[in-house]
Amino acid sequence: MTLDIQKIRADFPVLDQQVNGSPLIYFDNAATTQKPKSVIDALSHYYALDNANIHRGLHALAERATTAYELTRTKIKEFINAPSSDQIILTAGTTGSINLVAQTFGRANFSKGDKILISNLEHHSNIVPWQMIAEEKGAIIEVIPVDERGVLDLEAFRNLLDASVKLVAVNHVSNAIGTINPIAEMIQLAHAHGAKVMIDGAQSIAHLDIDVQALDIDFFAFSAHKLFGPTGVGVLYGKRELLESMPPYQGGGEMIKEVSFEGTTYNELPYKFEAGTPNIADVIALSAAIDYVNALSKEALFTQELALLAYATEQLSTIPGLKIIGTAPDKIAVISFVIDGIHPQDLGVLLDKFGIAIRTGHHCVQPLMKRFGLPGTCRASFAFYNTFEEIDLFVKALRRSINMLQ
Amino acid sequence: MAQSIQETQEDLIEEFGLFDDWADKYEYLIDLGKKLPNLPEVFKTEENVIKGCQSRVWLHADKQGDQIVFEADSEAVIVKGLISMLIRVLSNHTAEEIMKADLYFIDQIGMSQHLAQTRSNGLLSMVKQMKNYALAFSAK
Repeated sequence: MTLDIQKIRADFPVLDQQVNGSPLIYFDNAATTQKPKSVIDALSHYYALDNANIHRGLHALAERATTAYELTRTKIKEFINAPSSDQIILTAGTTGSINLVAQTFGRANFSKGDKILISNLEHHSNIVPWQMIAEEKGAIIEVIPVDERGVLDLEAFRNLLDASVKLVAVNHVSNAIGTINPIAEMIQLAHAHGAKVMIDGAQSIAHLDIDVQALDIDFFAFSAHKLFGPTGVGVLYGKRELLESMPPYQGGGEMIKEVSFEGTTYNELPYKFEAGTPNIADVIALSAAIDYVNALSKEALFTQELALLAYATEQLSTIPGLKIIGTAPDKIAVISFVIDGIHPQDLGVLLDKFGIAIRTGHHCVQPLMKRFGLPGTCRASFAFYNTFEEIDLFVKALRRSINMLQ
Repeated sequence: MAQSIQETQEDLIEEFGLFDDWADKYEYLIDLGKKLPNLPEVFKTEENVIKGCQSRVWLHADKQGDQIVFEADSEAVIVKGLISMLIRVLSNHTAEEIMKADLYFIDQIGMSQHLAQTRSNGLLSMVKQMKNYALAFSAK
């Protein structure tokens, strides 16, 4: 299937604008993706016509809102091939999902001396929640190292695995350098040692096919806003027996079956983990984002992104003094780079003047930056709506910025 | 008699008024950054680092007579250019003058985006830190 990129671009209103006098070039898709009009329309449709609190009202609006909200849950189930919708917990984001697992699964299962394995590629969101619960429980965090290319050292991973490892928490794809981790193999290895595996799918959900059953994933987390959907919605998938054995997280409405001052019985999955009125509108609009990606086919979109990655890598390599950080053979369309003698922040400021949005800094992966001996990098991250012409303009602006700074 | 804070700001506004486009303006700013003397290594301490900047920025203040003298440095040259202007405006003034200073030139020369409250822009933190030094010295 060939994509009509100009037609696709017309679906994303935000792309059609000038920034600092130049057409916007949006290369910060790893931070958040732009939203198609169907998602924006779904949000406004909900507030204009269906707004009601869900699950408890008997009236027509409550019924419509509830149906639309639960339809998203079903679509997510299909999107990641979960066995059942009640294993899809709706949260505020990937960070919220990871914290939920740390505070419930972790609280129930970690004891003194137990190990949690994370990797050197992790985002702070997949480090700090584990540090917090590890400190409380006396558990130990160990780190799977990465090589010069930014590839996880599987041999070291094998050596770190033993019966004391209770959980392996790794990202599917690195946000800072784009490495795709071999999670299928890692999950098999972890399971062979009796460890559970949590996959942070924030950076893979929009690009790679996810089948939580085929991969035998114990916990999988992602955010809607990195899947062309709204901010403020996240997903936690978990295996049924794990979710059922976990204590509730936050207390409040919705998560209860019966409350008295003597005690409370908790609701069933997934509501046990969804206290309070949720982010109804944004959850409903996530349906439109999933429909959008399904209609175009994830595979076709990823093929387009890989072509952009190959072209940008080739073009950037012609710039003297430019070094690409993260050269794993399997990558999504993310390029981190540094330039001799130039601070990333200076490039970020100047590229913005050319209307180009990239990310500079430590990308919330300070331990990884330390591994490469860098305070930060410049990161260009592409989505299928980006074009080869935009890459040409970016490289031209980058050369001009370097000239100004040197 | 040295220039007042207001006079220096007016000078900067006039200098930047000569540029037609952003590129000339930023080239000038980069030039200012390159010309600002490097801060001696002894002052590049953790204590002198201004938090909240994407690049590391060091600010050192000293009281000479009744005036405060600032020296600063940054890893990023545009930031260094911005600091260079702040030093030109605020250094060699009394604590009271610095604390009272309304830095309207930043907006007038079209650099107010650097005052934005994002974690990557440190200009606001720099101004705050310079005023904090003034406050600290005036209390002594």
